[in-house]
Amino acid sequence: MKQLIALDINDQIYEVPVDPWDLLSDVIRKKVRLTGTKKGCEQGDCGACTVLINGQAVLSCLTLAIACQGKKITTIEGLAEQDGRLHPIQQSFVDYGAVQCGFCTSGMILSSKALLDSNPKPGREEIKRALSGNLCRCTGYKKIIEAVEVASETMSKEGVK
Amino acid sequence: MGVWDKEQYVREGVPPFQDERRFTQVGKSVPKIDSPAKVRGEAIYTDDIVLPGMAYGRIKRCTEHAHAKIKKIDYSKALAHPGVLAVLIGDEAPKKWGMLPQTANETVLAVDKVRFNGEGVAAVAAVDEETAEIACDLIDVEYEPLPVLLDPFESMQRAGEIQIHEDAPGNILHEGEQVFGDVDKAFKECKYILEREFKTNMPQQGFLEPQAALANYDPQNGQLRLWSSSQIAHYLHRQISDVLEMPMNKIRVTVPTVGGGFGGKAEACVNEFVACLLSRKIGRPVKVTFDRSEVFYTNKGRHPCHMKMKIGLDADGYIQAVDFDNTLDKGAYAGWGIVVLFYSASMIHLPYKVPNARFRGRCVYTNKPSMGSMRGLGGVQPRFAMECMLDELAEMMGISPFELKMKNAVESGYTAVNNMYVPHTEYKRSLQKAVEKSGYLEKHGKLPFGKGIGLAGGYYITGTAYTLYMSYKPHTSVLLRVDTEGGVTLHCSAVDIGQGSNTVMAQMAAEALGVHFEDVHIQSHDTEVGTFDLGTFASRLTYATGIAIRDAAEKINGKLKEIAAGLLGCRADHLAIKDRKIYSIYEAERKSMEWEKVVEIAVNTTGSLAAMGHFSPPRRRGFDLTSGKRAQGANIGHSPTFGFSCQIFEVDVDLETGKIKVTRVTESGDMGTMINPMAADGQVEGSIVYNLGACLYEDQFFDKDGIHLNPNFQDYKMPTIMDMPEMDINTLTDSYDPTAPFGAKETGEGAVQPTFPAIVNAIYDAIGIRFTEVPITPEKVLKALKEKKKGK
Ligand code: FES
Ligand code: FES
Repeated sequence: MKQLIALDINDQIYEVPVDPWDLLSDVIRKKVRLTGTKKGCEQGDCGACTVLINGQAVLSCLTLAIACQGKKITTIEGLAEQDGRLHPIQQSFVDYGAVQCGFCTSGMILSSKALLDSNPKPGREEIKRALSGNLCRCTGYKKIIEAVEVASETMSKEGVK
Repeated sequence: MGVWDKEQYVREGVPPFQDERRFTQVGKSVPKIDSPAKVRGEAIYTDDIVLPGMAYGRIKRCTEHAHAKIKKIDYSKALAHPGVLAVLIGDEAPKKWGMLPQTANETVLAVDKVRFNGEGVAAVAAVDEETAEIACDLIDVEYEPLPVLLDPFESMQRAGEIQIHEDAPGNILHEGEQVFGDVDKAFKECKYILEREFKTNMPQQGFLEPQAALANYDPQNGQLRLWSSSQIAHYLHRQISDVLEMPMNKIRVTVPTVGGGFGGKAEACVNEFVACLLSRKIGRPVKVTFDRSEVFYTNKGRHPCHMKMKIGLDADGYIQAVDFDNTLDKGAYAGWGIVVLFYSASMIHLPYKVPNARFRGRCVYTNKPSMGSMRGLGGVQPRFAMECMLDELAEMMGISPFELKMKNAVESGYTAVNNMYVPHTEYKRSLQKAVEKSGYLEKHGKLPFGKGIGLAGGYYITGTAYTLYMSYKPHTSVLLRVDTEGGVTLHCSAVDIGQGSNTVMAQMAAEALGVHFEDVHIQSHDTEVGTFDLGTFASRLTYATGIAIRDAAEKINGKLKEIAAGLLGCRADHLAIKDRKIYSIYEAERKSMEWEKVVEIAVNTTGSLAAMGHFSPPRRRGFDLTSGKRAQGANIGHSPTFGFSCQIFEVDVDLETGKIKVTRVTESGDMGTMINPMAADGQVEGSIVYNLGACLYEDQFFDKDGIHLNPNFQDYKMPTIMDMPEMDINTLTDSYDPTAPFGAKETGEGAVQPTFPAIVNAIYDAIGIRFTEVPITPEKVLKALKEKKKGK
């Protein structure tokens, strides 16, 4: 039996009918139609489906939608400023060539956000550890690390969250 | 690296108007034009699209066998299930497809028998994905299992008893020989001769976005639209037309954002045909998106090669002869097979001078998912063999591998014995620079046991000389439109799969027209809106579109200059266009106009401006330069120009666990002008980590019945950020190929070439063991160390 639940995604409440076994990734992509969250494996192996739940990076393909009621979900669409200005992490990914095909990008950026929110000045190894669950087949990761380092600088300078 | 360095491009003493290298748009690390949409999550990939009334297609696969006769398919229960709209089986679309029309032998869904584990046997369209999945389970297929052939040698041997394709006796897709010069005689005169055998693995591209296709057939006008995650809008267009028996002009292929390809989407894919056929059946849009296991079942990864190579040097260390025998595991269907076979043959002719060469090879069918065109097609395997052997030969001679490679390296203007012509190369400088930057000579042979450094070189084509079907047409056409409303619009159906061709095209068009890159709108990815392009493979796009863009821009510039000349009172051929200005090269101060103003006047007098530009590569033929005789398959491997590179890897071998850690990579590449240095570096860094995975751990496994054992990212391990070595990319910033558009050559596939042998040579330097098989897993390392200890 489908059940109507309320999900708080990017500070907006969405009422969606779900089955108890519906995955958060599917609900976000198909019902809420926020397609920036990607699916690369649906088995928890690639990180493309990463979203933030109460600020923590979580694999939405391993998360039941029904379990997310009352929690704050952030997807890639919720990161930019109200006026469309990019979040510093997004901006540094653009400026430092950390984006190629873009399929890992949403997950990479959200994992980076979770890291920088809890650890504003991470070292290289800490960045690597935080992103170790996010596969990127295109970039070789180097520019992604650089982008996160730059974002960390900008964020602490500008006091951005 | 990163930002644009004016010093590299502006040559002192050359007046700007004579300096074809004084770029304002090319050579700049501008951010990719599509990255803002990607970081906002707004870029639309195929699976993100939902059309009104859209149905979901799913393929029923044979997961229980790898080779079996289909006795019966009963889909009555599936069809009766509520929500199921249609079922499709192989007999309904029996036309065979394949990248090479001569060897096309794949059907959309299996007809009569399945030849690999996971092959599609039926497909359904349903109102939602869940129903489609249930419907697949409701289809009953009765199989009669056949013996399974998984090894190419066994496959040839047992061909009398089991044949995978009726029309392929011996289970061989193709067998070929190429002889240039007199190899046997040359070996007799060699002082150093080495013979080795090598074996490579079966990696898969591992693009992050699984294939997805959405088709919409309009029964009213008989038009078909297809959106698909493809690298080859054109070849796909052609094959859809062929299999659906519809004229091409009734089909439009659009490629939304592509989540990586690496050659894996450089072939038509079953989901594309299935979506089109189902949509035509039910008159509704149908989307077919693969899950990860289906990506592995489809495979089209790199051909495992069993190689025997013999190299002979004279007393001074000059290569006199190479003899190369290659047996390729084709998997079940032909696909790119013959092309890969002969590319591997061509690879022994560069980047070293080889006066005598012989190749014998065969592409053999097995009951594995088909191999295809994976990044660096045909090159990675023979490069592995050759560069490792040169390392060993240098040791035999008592010289440094660097010295041996320098001695034999080709130079600009070189013609190989198979008639491959190299207009430009900086290979020697690449070797020198990498060696210098890494401290190779100081470290090689001198590091403590367990630590090592290895060097390897490589090259790759910058586009091909021929189309895959017989045709004389240009390989790329572009349409440049200039008007007062849209400004500059570039139309070309080329597909950006993440490497950045849209951005690079905008930079080149801006350079050619004298405007800024952000002034250029790109209309690509679509066979109707874009003009003809062969596709994203063979590292061809920068060069091919660059020439076509320059050709079109010259025509537009000619018109604008004529008008401006009248207005400025000077000769049109004295005018130059740069930085949105048209000015006299002699009196730039006095005679100059805003580009936009001239465009406005031109449009007001004669209307919008438009011009086509084309690119046709030189049609070089492959023959034996010494005898003048033609060699079969030797047209493959020619290219208008070639990129070169050298990589030096440093590794730590953990003697306890056998684990190999790549600590540092120093690279120096010759890719000509980097149109966008940041994007170019990204290609190189990506290539290094990409092939590092295939060298050390990636492989696909099958049990004795041919059942795929690791069709998922859990068991198919790709490099994570933890495996990333330190990378020092030192592309030669002043390389410039005068025969190439803006001096630019290839990069996307050349940089995967030296990776295997550089790692393997480094491992030898570390522990004194020469591996001849990849991937080099910890188990293999431990076993080899044990044997070494025992003194074997
Ligand atoms: S889609 Fe969730 S981890 Fe890959
Ligand atoms: S940019 Fe393509 S997977 Fe990361």
